[in-house]
Amino acid sequence: MTTLPASTNRKMGLVIDLDTCVGCHACVVSCKGWNTENYGAPLSDQDPYGADPTGTFLNRVHSYEVQPLATSAMPHPAAQLVHFPKSCLHCEDAPCVTVCPTGASYKRVEDGIVLVNETDCIGCGLCAWACPYGAREMDAAEGVMKKCTLCVDRIYNDNLPEEDRVPACVRTCPAGARHFGDLGDPDSDVSRLVADRGGMDLMPEQGTKPVNKYLPPRPRDTLDEVDILAPLLAPVAEEPKGFLGWLDRTLERL
Amino acid sequence: MTKQPRIDTSPHVSDEVRRTTCYMCACRCGINVHMKGGKVAYIEGNRDHPVNQGVLCAKGSAGIMQVNAPSRLRAPMKRVGPRGSGEFEEISWDEALQIACDWLEPIRKTDPSKLAFFTGRDQSQSFTGYWAQNFGTPNFAAHGGFCSVNMAAGGIYTMGGAFWEFGQPDWDHTKLFMLFGVAEDHDSNPIKMGIGKIKARGARVIGVNPIRTGYNAVADDWVGITPGTDGLFILSLIHELMRAGKIDLDYLARYTNAPVLVNADTNSPEHGLFLRDADGKPLVKDRKTGKLMAFDTPGVRPDLSATHEADGITHRPVMHLMAERYLDPQYAPEAVAERCGITPDKIRRIAAEIARVAFDEAFTLDHEWTDFRGETHKTMTGRPVSFHAMRGISAHSNGFQTARALHVLQILLGTVEVPGGFRFKPPYPKPVNAHPTPHCKYAPGQPLDGPHLGFVRGPEDLALKPDGSPARIDKAFTWENPMSAHGLMHMVISNAHAGDPYKIDTLFMYMANMSWNSSMNTRGVMEMLTDTDENGEYVIPRIIYSDAYSSEMVAYADLILPDTTYLERHDCISLLDRPICEADAAADAIRWPVIAPDRDVRGFQTVLVQLANKLKLPGFTAEDGTPRYQDYADYMVNHERKPGIGPLAGFRGNGEDVGRGAPNPAQIDRYIENGGFFVSHIPEGANYYKPWNMAYQDWAVGMGIFDTPQPYIFDLYAEPMRKFQLAAEGHGDRQPPDHLRDRIKATMDPLPIWYPPFEDAHVDTEEFPVHALTQRPMAMYHSWGTQNAWLRQIHGHNPLYLPTKLWEKHDFSEGDWARVTSAHGEITVPVAHMAALNENTVWTWNAIGKRKGAWALSEDAPEATRGFLLNHLIHELLPPRGDGLRWSNSDPVTGQAAWFDLRVKIEKAAAPAEAQPAFAPIKSPVGKGPDHLEWKVGK
Repeated sequence: MTTLPASTNRKMGLVIDLDTCVGCHACVVSCKGWNTENYGAPLSDQDPYGADPTGTFLNRVHSYEVQPLATSAMPHPAAQLVHFPKSCLHCEDAPCVTVCPTGASYKRVEDGIVLVNETDCIGCGLCAWACPYGAREMDAAEGVMKKCTLCVDRIYNDNLPEEDRVPACVRTCPAGARHFGDLGDPDSDVSRLVADRGGMDLMPEQGTKPVNKYLPPRPRDTLDEVDILAPLLAPVAEEPKGFLGWLDRTLERL
Repeated sequence: MTKQPRIDTSPHVSDEVRRTTCYMCACRCGINVHMKGGKVAYIEGNRDHPVNQGVLCAKGSAGIMQVNAPSRLRAPMKRVGPRGSGEFEEISWDEALQIACDWLEPIRKTDPSKLAFFTGRDQSQSFTGYWAQNFGTPNFAAHGGFCSVNMAAGGIYTMGGAFWEFGQPDWDHTKLFMLFGVAEDHDSNPIKMGIGKIKARGARVIGVNPIRTGYNAVADDWVGITPGTDGLFILSLIHELMRAGKIDLDYLARYTNAPVLVNADTNSPEHGLFLRDADGKPLVKDRKTGKLMAFDTPGVRPDLSATHEADGITHRPVMHLMAERYLDPQYAPEAVAERCGITPDKIRRIAAEIARVAFDEAFTLDHEWTDFRGETHKTMTGRPVSFHAMRGISAHSNGFQTARALHVLQILLGTVEVPGGFRFKPPYPKPVNAHPTPHCKYAPGQPLDGPHLGFVRGPEDLALKPDGSPARIDKAFTWENPMSAHGLMHMVISNAHAGDPYKIDTLFMYMANMSWNSSMNTRGVMEMLTDTDENGEYVIPRIIYSDAYSSEMVAYADLILPDTTYLERHDCISLLDRPICEADAAADAIRWPVIAPDRDVRGFQTVLVQLANKLKLPGFTAEDGTPRYQDYADYMVNHERKPGIGPLAGFRGNGEDVGRGAPNPAQIDRYIENGGFFVSHIPEGANYYKPWNMAYQDWAVGMGIFDTPQPYIFDLYAEPMRKFQLAAEGHGDRQPPDHLRDRIKATMDPLPIWYPPFEDAHVDTEEFPVHALTQRPMAMYHSWGTQNAWLRQIHGHNPLYLPTKLWEKHDFSEGDWARVTSAHGEITVPVAHMAALNENTVWTWNAIGKRKGAWALSEDAPEATRGFLLNHLIHELLPPRGDGLRWSNSDPVTGQAAWFDLRVKIEKAAAPAEAQPAFAPIKSPVGKGPDHLEWKVGK
């Protein structure tokens, strides 16, 4: 049993925009590349060229199809595809921390980042069971639990240019769908984005108080809505001769 | 509370950052390669780079796994077993080069056309083409014929440029972005960046694609169109916009051939051609004076409406012909809706939304500019509607006309090269007349008479021998496909095997997986490559192949020249070729060896230089007989295509010259210092309206893009196409064969048309009711991805995705398999359900399926047991239809491979042991990869 800090100075986390995530996996691989080389043990891969390649990834993108229900305004709504990147949400009430028998899992007081101290981790896997999001991965080679560090070795790193002191996934995201900042500060860019776009907690009923937020997709397919008031184009002509008459009249005015 | 451990939050990142250009796909982003102890530790995007501005896709970040891939070839090899077995012996480079010369030298001295040299997805075509030209063979092209030549040629013949490398939306101003049939790797990061940028400010994205993945998944509105009907949908939008008068008449009059006068006398041998002045300039009628004037006369107000009588012949402006064509009720939304799979209401709403944004949200920029007629404009009018399209509309037999239709739509809206619309990237805009024509005259021991590929202006430019037979092995630039600007790589092997139009001796290919995912009729191609004649000799006598990896094609070659990976080589991404320019800037880039190869491999372009030197090819040999270039880096710096113009535009002369200047021995060092690229910005006021903007034209001349200004007007009406129709009607001395006349008359229409994909007329559409497509995932590129230990964990499987209607009709459930049959072949493959899909379309990820033994994967890898290719269902020829002819499965204008015309039927099948067809394993020349990775190069 490990205790959580009563409060953290900041609540650093990610805001992920599901309206613009194209599902390209750039964040997944950038994360893998940075984190296999940096903090803690490498992110190993088993059977990498074989029948069942499985490796440790701290961030994965899942894709879900959504079939909206028919309404009178949209009797035949098209199905939609939502790409959903998922990594540790750095919860305020992180059950993965409180369940840890060795104190290896902890939440940092200064920024709220949830980390695993690999030297104390015995690889029991309780934290992965406790996490309702499936955001932790046991590294099969090292036998320790790996998770998103929010690139704690980047965001304060004096060896990086200041603009690069963001998580690798944020730096690389081509669509600009990932944002990083202090969600404990209501005036931060990320907090404003959450307020403006109706940012949501993932599975709030779990009571974990995740720091990371998701921005929902904007409504889709509004052109399919039956709207008798929608402006349609008014014809100037129905056949070529009429069109040429319109052309002449219009050219006179140009 | 638990005591927090102390951790180092400022660890050492890398010893050094080496900046070069990515090659995990064809996008050519800038990358920062972080080095530790001389090894590649991490790859990220280069923030300063014009293409990706710091971001990087999954492929780019996974480059480290490509550079360490166990599939890398290790040394030159000669075949010791039968072709296709994969049995090789490693040899020295001296021996390899000697073997190649012993084969090539006699060909060159006797008949250079016996060499067919075709390159795949390389980015050095101006160099490889130069090599082939100096060798003297007419048989050279790259892979555009099976990729997107319809898009490129359709764009150039309409407006002097197309999408992707040719231009981009004005991301800063556009408010409505509509994308058609995009392959998600073209132009990968810039489109993602652009979509993110415009969505952040609330602009609307409309995706037109049978499949709602990727960009279409984030599109605000999705048009799940029936494959092959995009052209019909676009012409219906044009119908609606013209009918409502929602077209930009001022723009059409000034900047297009809408006012140009066309001979309207059906009995005239010049029917359909432009009225021209003594200098050959198309004529328009001046609205102020009613007089005929050349289109570019200073002060002329071209009249879109007036006709002209001359010598008893009526001449009508193109605008009249367009009104007649597109106001026809055959293009009304009701008339096209069912075929397109889009409701008439939705077509109308989209037309209305396009018109609203283009005209009601028009804006002006206070940029003064002067046009090519000498008129100065105080402002620039913006029409914030932009479009993008790629292979989805291009890889159909109606793809050229569809690409043209889309460009005509853009032009009618006045949204090309204006703020908020579509903008060209240098060296585009570039009209047809600024491109070369094709060249094919060869002679023993002599270089070819000019560049191989070009843009025909009429039948006189076809690549035909004096007897009318095709001059090229791929039959490019013939009556079968007159405007085949990129050649027809997909026809080379079958034509060479058939000896039609003639036999060849040596097939030399680079980076093209022709015995697998890069060919139609994959099994047939393997048979052609291994077929023997009555003497037991191979029908295609010799095959030389260069690749960096143990691809499926390696096994089918006699001599392997192993290439390096992209971090071990020099390359140039050149303005002479396919540069990385932006709408506001000219840019080019290099690759350089940020690591040295740990194997006995050489960059292919350097090997070509070495071969050229051994063969003493002109162009590579100085007057005193000594080699001009030692290797590719030497060529990049010192080659001059014209005096002062070389492969790289930056840091010329003393290092300060831009575009034009003497070779600079320190040029590559300067590129490296600058991050691996060079950018020269277009001045404000010159950066829109480029085809007509004299400030841009003058800038382009200074850069060496043109020698003189090349202003032009857009070709709504493509007169070169009409010249082919005229020939088919019996005019002129170069006449098509009779069996092609009707098709040429029908398909070479100078105004965009739509016709059903050819396969529909050759197969029973009742029996084969389902469209079948492939697309590439964003995290994979061609066959390269599956050898990548990280990427294959993301996309290691490729089920056939079925829409709800078919899923339910055939009572499929998860884990089921289907037999998929086309007129040509049959495959049995795993299926999965996908609802966000056109209801008559199935699809899968491209090139995930692998042959056992290739790419250093184990033989039980899912790519080799459950992965599959649709290629087995597609033939390079259409099925016979009883006319005694076999028609090519290609676009009749350009010869583009019509991959996406495919029709199939689906049945539930018992699960086989593995996906069918299955092929015997090939012996791996590189062994197998390790069974685990714990990748970390630093301590």
